[in-house]
Amino acid sequence: MKLYDVAELGLRNLRESLLRNSLTTVGISVGVASLVAMLSLGIGLQRMASRRLEKSGLFDTVIVTSRRDARGFNRDNEEGPSPAESPSLNESARQKIAQLPNVLEAYPDIRFVTELRFNDKPYLSNVAGLPPSARNNDAFDGMQGSFFSSETAPEVILQKSFAQELLGMKPFDEPSMTSLAKPLLGKDLLMRYAERVHPPASEAADAAAYSVVSREQKLKIVGVVELDPDSMRGPTRARVFMPLKLAQDLHVMQPSDLRDPTGPGSEPAYGNISVRVKDPKNVLTVEAAIKKLGFNTFSIIDATHSMREFFAVLDLFLGIFGSLALAVASIGIINTLVMAILERRREIGIMKALGASDVDVRWLFFAEAGAMGVFGGGLGVALGWTIGRVINFGTNVYLKRQHFPPEQIWFVPWWLVLAAIVFAVVVSLLSGLYPANRAAKLDPVQALRYE
Amino acid sequence: MAAGTLQPPVAIHTENVCRHYAMGQSLIRAVDGISFEVPAGEFVALLGASGSGKSSLLNLLAGLDRPTSGTVVAQGSDLAKLSREQLAKYRLRAVGMVFQSFNLIPSMTVIENVELPMRFAEVDRAQRGKLAEESLQRVGLGARLHHRPSELSGGEQQRVSLARALINRPQLLLADEPTGNLDSRTGSEIMNLIGEFNRALGMTVVMVTHERALAERYVQRMIFLEDGKLIQDQRNPLVGGAA
Repeated sequence: MKLYDVAELGLRNLRESLLRNSLTTVGISVGVASLVAMLSLGIGLQRMASRRLEKSGLFDTVIVTSRRDARGFNRDNEEGPSPAESPSLNESARQKIAQLPNVLEAYPDIRFVTELRFNDKPYLSNVAGLPPSARNNDAFDGMQGSFFSSETAPEVILQKSFAQELLGMKPFDEPSMTSLAKPLLGKDLLMRYAERVHPPASEAADAAAYSVVSREQKLKIVGVVELDPDSMRGPTRARVFMPLKLAQDLHVMQPSDLRDPTGPGSEPAYGNISVRVKDPKNVLTVEAAIKKLGFNTFSIIDATHSMREFFAVLDLFLGIFGSLALAVASIGIINTLVMAILERRREIGIMKALGASDVDVRWLFFAEAGAMGVFGGGLGVALGWTIGRVINFGTNVYLKRQHFPPEQIWFVPWWLVLAAIVFAVVVSLLSGLYPANRAAKLDPVQALRYE
Repeated sequence: MAAGTLQPPVAIHTENVCRHYAMGQSLIRAVDGISFEVPAGEFVALLGASGSGKSSLLNLLAGLDRPTSGTVVAQGSDLAKLSREQLAKYRLRAVGMVFQSFNLIPSMTVIENVELPMRFAEVDRAQRGKLAEESLQRVGLGARLHHRPSELSGGEQQRVSLARALINRPQLLLADEPTGNLDSRTGSEIMNLIGEFNRALGMTVVMVTHERALAERYVQRMIFLEDGKLIQDQRNPLVGGAA
């Protein structure tokens, strides 16, 4: 029989028992919908997690230290020149590193412990300079107030625990972020610090010489942020943040200033430099290039690989759970087609008497199973997509109530749409295998005798 | 046809053919060692009481069933030696069948029923409609192409099934009690049609019936069966035959 005739007769047979076949098709579509909903949830979560990892700056950052800093990371196994012969980690070294391929930015890590006065009461804290790119770091999602108005603005962002300290709260109080920010935003802090002052070049007998002067700087509180100061995030391990450029311009004494006063050249050396690369994949090559320049490097090994592995397993489990409904639906197909054989026994007998071969009869039942798979698959994808949208909407309503930013935890890629329909058709055809064979092997004499 | 002889070619040849069924503990000998030959173009009736094995024998000739032993050669094919696929092809091309209960497919219109064997024969769609219409006109149903079988009388339904049996131009027509469900007037009309196919198209016809009177009016030869055995094979003196 020609394909067209198989399709036409198959569809005609489906129309003959419209209710039963529709119910079976709905069964398939529920199965496909649950599969699509589960997998799209897994894919959505994976996308969310990789977006978070990308924004966290954990895996695209290389920390560079000087070999002259004998405290540095990895100092034991480094090849190359001895610490005393190694280059200094100063501004010209930073510029060289920033120009390496695949490097987005390289900024010095400036942090110091100093005294901050608030309402004439002194507090001690770690202060760190933040590069402008930190604005996109997810650590600053949900910050109260605003980011710095410019790269040199005399402004600070406070970490939650320091804000609590300023307001005289206990560390284990759990105030809301808004109640913390309200009395602090717009207020001033007075920072007292030690400035490293270089004499004018003409007077310098020794280029490395400098003096230390005590200074004060007024800083306006513009933001309060809830992040863990002990987390691994490179630029954010402090309780008070100011613009990086401002921190550099203030020439605050750094621990490294004391450690290496005899270093080559007149430029002050940085304690370390954070290098952001374009993609976690580039971390190793960038590290190698920086090592060639004579510095030590440190990075957290790319975790996206193991994350992908984790999500592959998660997707597999979600897929298996989603497929359970489809497995039940496939039993529905078998049941429907076996019923159809019983009902159409005589018709099959007639067709065989008229010259239909086993193959013809088999194809007719396959066509019915396949058509139910196509319809059920299409309907199921639409249904699964709707379910996903509803779940996403519900989740975001919940997140909004908890004052979290909205997330897309659910995502249906095009390949999933196609794969789900193909899968539904394949499952339907497999389910049709037994009924189709049974129909094909029907003895025409018996079938025609049957009344 | 060999030169010098007027012997027509053989349409059916059976040799000691048996069809036995196991029914519980007992063995039913539905067909029990029947040998006969039907020359091409002959109109033959298989007669006997119900249970005499005439329908079982017809099913063997139709290739719907296989003999337990013996040989059935029809239209040049040794049916016992054909595969399932080849038997289907034999039923499709070589045989047309008509049944007592018409066996039309109720969900299809008249013309769709007639077209059905052409779908299995992979005839082009364009040709199919034309051939089916011609065939239905030949049996006098040109005006009822798009009716459902349930909207037709018994006689009309049997005409449809005749049109369907002839659609792939077989040389052998097998009819199983074709008038069994019809009144005598309609039955005569159907028998006249079958007789016409036999004469005008030269088709070999084997008809199963239990009505001797009907057979005597139309067929050239009567084969009597009893308990699966051939008990009498005679020419019909009332109908002039090709033999």
